[in-house]
Amino acid sequence: MSDTLSKRPGPARSHAPHGTVPVRPLRGRLSFLARPRTLAVVLVLVLVSAFTLALSVSVGDYEVPLSAVPAAIFGYGEHLDVFFVQDTRLPRALTALGVGAALGVAGAVFQSLSRNALGSPDIIGFTSGAATGAVAAILAFGAGRLGVSLGAIAGGLITAAVVYLLAMKNGVQGYRLVLVGIGISAMLSSVRDYLMTRAELTDALGAQIWMIGSLNGRGWAEVAAVWIAFVLLGGVLFAYARRLRFMELGDDTARGLGVNTRSTQIVAFAAASALTGAAIAVAGPIGFVALAAPQLARRLTRSGGTTLVGAAAMGATLLVVADLVALRALAPTQLPVGVVTAVIGGTYLIWLLYTEWRGGRA
Amino acid sequence: MALRAPSPPGPTRARRVARPTGLLLALAVLGGCVLLSISVGSKAIAPVEVWNALVHYDGGYDHDVVRSLRVPRTILGVFVGAALGLAGALMQGLTRNPLAEPGILGVNSGAAAAVVVSSVVLGVSGTALVWPAFIGAALAAVAVYALGSRGRAAATPVRLALAGTALAAVLQGLVHGVVVLNDFAFDRIRFWQVGSLVGRDIEIFWQVAPFLVAGIVLTLCMGPSLNAVALGDDLAASLGARIPVVRALAAVGIILLCGAATAAAGPIWFVGLVIPHIARIITGPDQRWLLPYSAVLGAILLTASDVVGRLVVPGAELEVGIITAIVGAPVFIALVRSRKMAQL
Amino acid sequence: MSTNGHDDTRLNGHGLTLAYDQRVISRDLGVSIPDNSFTVIVGPNACGKSTLLRALSRTLKPADGEVHLDGKAIGSYPAKEVARRLGLLPQSSVAPDGIGVADLVSRGRYPHQGFLRQWSAEDEAVVTDAMEATGVTDLADRSVDELSGGQRQRVWLAMVLAQQTPLLLLDEPTTYLDIAHQMDVLDLCADLHHNRGHTLVAVLHDLNHAARYATHLVVMKDGAIVAQGAPEDVVTAGLVEEVFGLPVRVVPDPETKTPMIVPVDRRPQRA
Repeated sequence: MSDTLSKRPGPARSHAPHGTVPVRPLRGRLSFLARPRTLAVVLVLVLVSAFTLALSVSVGDYEVPLSAVPAAIFGYGEHLDVFFVQDTRLPRALTALGVGAALGVAGAVFQSLSRNALGSPDIIGFTSGAATGAVAAILAFGAGRLGVSLGAIAGGLITAAVVYLLAMKNGVQGYRLVLVGIGISAMLSSVRDYLMTRAELTDALGAQIWMIGSLNGRGWAEVAAVWIAFVLLGGVLFAYARRLRFMELGDDTARGLGVNTRSTQIVAFAAASALTGAAIAVAGPIGFVALAAPQLARRLTRSGGTTLVGAAAMGATLLVVADLVALRALAPTQLPVGVVTAVIGGTYLIWLLYTEWRGGRA
Repeated sequence: MALRAPSPPGPTRARRVARPTGLLLALAVLGGCVLLSISVGSKAIAPVEVWNALVHYDGGYDHDVVRSLRVPRTILGVFVGAALGLAGALMQGLTRNPLAEPGILGVNSGAAAAVVVSSVVLGVSGTALVWPAFIGAALAAVAVYALGSRGRAAATPVRLALAGTALAAVLQGLVHGVVVLNDFAFDRIRFWQVGSLVGRDIEIFWQVAPFLVAGIVLTLCMGPSLNAVALGDDLAASLGARIPVVRALAAVGIILLCGAATAAAGPIWFVGLVIPHIARIITGPDQRWLLPYSAVLGAILLTASDVVGRLVVPGAELEVGIITAIVGAPVFIALVRSRKMAQL
Repeated sequence: MSTNGHDDTRLNGHGLTLAYDQRVISRDLGVSIPDNSFTVIVGPNACGKSTLLRALSRTLKPADGEVHLDGKAIGSYPAKEVARRLGLLPQSSVAPDGIGVADLVSRGRYPHQGFLRQWSAEDEAVVTDAMEATGVTDLADRSVDELSGGQRQRVWLAMVLAQQTPLLLLDEPTTYLDIAHQMDVLDLCADLHHNRGHTLVAVLHDLNHAARYATHLVVMKDGAIVAQGAPEDVVTAGLVEEVFGLPVRVVPDPETKTPMIVPVDRRPQRA
């Protein structure tokens, strides 16, 4: 030991972390670490989602040939092509992309803050609260589309705040956040079930479909809403991305490194909650994207920590693919996309756990 | 189980006296709950008439209410409550995991999926639905447990919860997919999904009763083995406990209890989770006491919740599943807040 | 040791009341860390030694009193400024699943980085140097999950070292390590102190380790400081009996001549 210590490092080989490449343009005035693998993963995901988007714009009862899609998007080509692409299919697909990206980023932030894969909005009660708020708005107040969205946002935010406050005790610890969230979710789900049994069948059915999460009939207003929210709130979160990676080392360590943990927690939690709320308001509480996308992204990128960009790309891809499946699987019947995300996401997570735990890792 | 393992050391003298006394007291409370459950309801029936209905049945309307409505739901409440309390205690003891609970193991979603699929696809209806519910619940529990305890590491709370969440998501997706396409199935499942002791045919109870009783007896006999398991697999094995046998028997117990309870009353959250924790406060960690306490306290919670549900909204009834969820969640959260990381 | 407000050591605290929620651990505590010392805080379990370290590292905000760093209240610095002067290795660090060794060590550069300068040539040189100094260079590409306890502790030390702070605060750096790895980590600390000029503050369990390695010893009991000074002056049979309730003899360490405690044999006389 003392031998190795007495040797001062001579021209030792230089160490950027494994799997990274230092990039220092402008004579080192700018410098950052590029992660080629992450870049490649994101690139592939972008290509896949772009292709899926084109496909979902093209297929349907009325086929728009793939070759005619790019022109139709900008309003050229046959009248019917333009109508189907611009007025119905494109906004729906763009909503899917935006909602998926928003859920992916928000999920990654929640997981980072709670240092726990289960810390996603699905588990900590946010989704459940939003669903309950929406169902209450529909069944108790007969609310319309806007009212339902507001009910969902209010339900989600209130539930998240309650869960967060209840989990607080000498600071918020990840496991406690998750467990309190599971408890509150279970309670809310039975409240919801109760409301369902007291409503007329048609109302209950409408509430049920909303509760599953669906993109049916989403137009340009929804596209604008979700993308504006994603740019603003996502922007805040991307600015906090580095701090969030340090939060994963534990509160004391992060503070020791000079991360302002309290303000990071509050800002990131608030922004991620608002982003989740926006996604839910637009599409309903689509399950599992927020839980699965960050986990999938971090395994694919092997980055040893959360990557917000990866999670966003993965979320967008997941949702746009799931929506295509929801549209076409039982055509002409349109399934709510939430059914597909739950089945696909859940199955993938099971497979993931199955292979990961085979090795005996905790 | 002929296994003998040392009981956890040092029950205090006070506790040694308190435990049998407490159990008797709990049984007395349960008796009170049963009486209340038979005599209280939206239809006011004098206690004398209730008594007459039980011993001198005259076929009148009041007697019919008591005999065909209140008695069955009370019996159902006692057995289902005991089964859920026991199932929770068994799971928590076996996995050394304070969060293990039928609901978390995906039992409810398994049963719901089986009910929906069999009623829509196979056209099963009426009391026959109890079998798909039973099988669905049991399969889901086994699948989640197998997934959660895969590999060398133990089934930690997070692993079980993750596995349960994943499976529940898939099954829920399946249910949702079916119900949005089929209004009739939706109408059925929305009522099934609220755990309740009424509107369930007493026939259902008689069908599952043998399984419930077998599960309760089997589990109550497992106290000493679970005490050994509580010390960790390696230590338990060195004390002479046959771990694979214990695990297999416990799995049978869990399947019987969860499957039968869920089939009989629908999904009821939190009883299996909360009851063993309350019991542990009274008994300490000794499973030989914990199990019977869990059974009795579970029965008390369910019958009492059922009575409360009849009284809380005048002229209407709240299902017992809703009461237990609303009562159980705060208790659960208080538990989570009071526990240290090491105990989870 | 001065206990009034005029204290020219780089790190000191006076009139500290330390508490978790309502539970008060220490009242009116005063401590100053001599510059360029290897200060070790010892005491029985739950005597408040880790709490004191947390207060000195501003992870715990004192209910009353102030910790001063380089002449100013530690709370008045921006978080990153403190992190450039004072490094902390807490007891509870979490390595995210699958993180690589070099990646973890490089996290120590955070206080020196900005939004536009995330990985300068200097960062890289310092990380390389920190891994060299702690002997984890060969592990650089491994995943932290795969390492032994001793290796892992060295990686964490490397991370704190990469922070390039004159002051290093270590909370029980040897816990859970076997004797060889304990000595390894302590030798490494002594090297950092002696050859690299760091001021070290460590909480240690083992009194003999403390007496051997410390240049300044702080002994705590029930949240108060009972004695402090050079180990030769502080470690006496009387003090150890008073603080730990254990009768001992103090003999010179045959290797280093520092005081060494040997518990008195309390068994009945054998034949």
